[in-house]
Amino acid sequence: MELLANLSIGFDAAFTFINLLYCLIGVTLGTVVGVLPGLGPIATIAILLPVTFTLEPVSSLIMLSGIYYGAQYGGSTTAILINLPGEATSVATTLDGHAMAKQGRAGPALATAAIGSFFAGTVATFLLAAFAPPLAELALKFGPQEYFSLMVLGLVASIVLAHGSLLKAIGMILLGLVLGLIGTDVNSGMQRYTFELPELADGIGFVIVAMGMFGLGEIIRNLENETTRTSVVKGITGLMPTKEDLKRMAAPILRGTALGSILGILPGNGALLGSFTAYSVEKKISKTPERFGKGAIEGVAAPESANNAGAQTSFIPMLTLGIPSSPVMALMIGALIIQGIQPGPTVMTEQPALFWGIIVSMWIGNLFLVILNLPLIGIWVRMVSAPYHLLYPAILVFCGVGVYSINSSTFDVYLMALFGLLGYIFSKLECEPAPMLLGFILGPMMEEYLRRAMILSRGDATTFLTRPISASLLAMSVVAMAIVLLPAIRRTREVAFREDG
Amino acid sequence: MSRRILASFGVMVLASMSSAHADNYPSKVITLVVPFSAGGPTDTVARLIAQPMSKKLGQTIIVENIGGAGGTLAAGRVARSDNDGYTVFLHHIGMATSATLYRKLPYNVLTDFEPIGLVTSVPMTIIAKKDFPAKDIKEFITYVKTNHEKITYGNAGIGAASHLCGMLFMSAIGTPLTTVSYKGTGPAMNDLLGGVFDFMCDQTTNTTPQIKGEKVKAYAVTSKTRVASLSNLPTLAESGLKNFEVSVWHGLYAPKGTPKPIIEKVSAALREALKDPIVKQRFADLGTEPEPQDRATPEAHRAYLKAEVEKWAPIIKAAGSYAD
Repeated sequence: MELLANLSIGFDAAFTFINLLYCLIGVTLGTVVGVLPGLGPIATIAILLPVTFTLEPVSSLIMLSGIYYGAQYGGSTTAILINLPGEATSVATTLDGHAMAKQGRAGPALATAAIGSFFAGTVATFLLAAFAPPLAELALKFGPQEYFSLMVLGLVASIVLAHGSLLKAIGMILLGLVLGLIGTDVNSGMQRYTFELPELADGIGFVIVAMGMFGLGEIIRNLENETTRTSVVKGITGLMPTKEDLKRMAAPILRGTALGSILGILPGNGALLGSFTAYSVEKKISKTPERFGKGAIEGVAAPESANNAGAQTSFIPMLTLGIPSSPVMALMIGALIIQGIQPGPTVMTEQPALFWGIIVSMWIGNLFLVILNLPLIGIWVRMVSAPYHLLYPAILVFCGVGVYSINSSTFDVYLMALFGLLGYIFSKLECEPAPMLLGFILGPMMEEYLRRAMILSRGDATTFLTRPISASLLAMSVVAMAIVLLPAIRRTREVAFREDG
Repeated sequence: MSRRILASFGVMVLASMSSAHADNYPSKVITLVVPFSAGGPTDTVARLIAQPMSKKLGQTIIVENIGGAGGTLAAGRVARSDNDGYTVFLHHIGMATSATLYRKLPYNVLTDFEPIGLVTSVPMTIIAKKDFPAKDIKEFITYVKTNHEKITYGNAGIGAASHLCGMLFMSAIGTPLTTVSYKGTGPAMNDLLGGVFDFMCDQTTNTTPQIKGEKVKAYAVTSKTRVASLSNLPTLAESGLKNFEVSVWHGLYAPKGTPKPIIEKVSAALREALKDPIVKQRFADLGTEPEPQDRATPEAHRAYLKAEVEKWAPIIKAAGSYAD
């Protein structure tokens, strides 16, 4: 019953006209920056930071968090329509979402993303309200050993993402790993593969690689030959999902929500792992895995539910402990500090209206997003049917602005152009960028956790096997690996994964 | 709005009386470069002083975050930007230590900038995981020394304040410890709460909420005197580590050759901002306070910067940990 009392505090705080308004402003802005390729929530929140100084702390945080999860909704729009993931978490959505769009089913794909996200957001908000403090304690049990084993599992699972040649997929993952290692080594401070360029000292940003490989690479390929243009939507067949679609998406939404909620609590890239894992799980357990990568609605429903659930539960460490689990959370903490509120373990008891108001506002925000997004689907779909010679310069400009806005660095824009060229070459070689991006993100994290675990265990590698959570994650990786590699199963794998080959 | 117009009018009148270059300064928006990402502790300090300073100068000050390479990327860019007073730069202790931590800097820390004034010195705290056995700082030091083979120290990355404090602490107790590095305070704090490593030393900005929430055990502060908001914590100097003093001091800079009258004008605005009651209050919330007026001057800042470069050079060289 304490929960009800708390929620009523939250409703009191969130249900004022002004806070509802800021919630609406936040999610609308979030949707817009999510849709615009390259512009992300980090840059937007940073720009809006001075504006929030004049607002009440509750209102400003409601607006800022609205931008964050609103961008998760919007990010899926570009991923589906033009194969351009605005956020790391929508990479998995491009695989089947864009395939659906190419078949003229962009409408159902977008609707699936919105419905899945709303359901996931509602469940995750409830989890946040009911179990935030114990969940935060649970996440703290995850030491470097567990993270490392989780990353191993993630990488093994990422092989499933490929629907072409297995060898090429592994090659792309390894290339991603190597690119991810560029920058300053955390432990020794040594710079690796930076060619003495200070701009590379902190490594290459994800957005730069994603915009280059996906956005620019695709544009170059599309310009090459008018008839093979992928983003041209040929005939739109219905905007809303059919009954059959709804039946197909129900279970993946549930599974995606569960996976996303759990992984989202983990600091770092929890929400990202959630969307990839949800996709891999759906493909693995599907009776018709050959449909994946060719416009399977499950391949949209699961990762979209997972990333939105993860976006909500990633607030748990920030709200209960005051620990930023991502750059966006760090920004929100900064906004609160300037307002004179020190986020930390005491916020829940000292500022109950703030804590519960934000949680309630998240649910309201998710509702706004569905109401906002479903009618917009028609507009978005029509927008991509605009002539390509008008569409691609716009995409180029937004990619450039977005990448520049992250660090105010022209170097980053050139780097993006380089990755665009690389993306074009790889698409000619039929190598897919999605496994590479996963390797790019997981690689450096994996190295960091591996070395941290080894330092803490003083060089004893059995530390990964003596801790139960870590050991079971590794065991799962071995099983997953065996399924992919065992010769007896190999034939079925080929049936399962060789759709384009 | 009208007050701003009035203020800028006042500035114009005052400006017309001073020397040639500074006549109509500031006549356009001033950019305050912060070498770290928005939302972090340094960014917070910058934004807190930017508001009252812009009121005093009668011009908008926008904060531009240029993160990367431990702040050296931004410093390099500021060193090369126009020295007309429209680019100012806020950096912390890393300005002084980068002179040694980075062996190939594209600028000279001591000669390529005009110090404007010191802003605030954020004290640091020694904190350990919740179930760490030692009762107080004396016990803590003895325990760490006797169990040094098992003890692990965490920091937020090479060159971070927590790394500097750790180096100084180890050299003060004469015992090297196994060090675990993180990318930033957030993940490091997360693992300290989870008990992954034993202790760390970080600025009050980051540690006060966790100390007040009793999620970590606090043992001492690293400043010369005790900290008002954590008055029960002794200083390390009074606990047997003689002369131990480290704080994350912040200073305001302009590129070399910025006209002196302009430097003076900005410096005066800084001193005014440091008297602002809101700034004082927010700094207190963060466990710090504004620098005294006589330290928020170009002269005091220049001398302190030089002293800090000289203080850290031998410590960093002895530890052999460089950031490039």
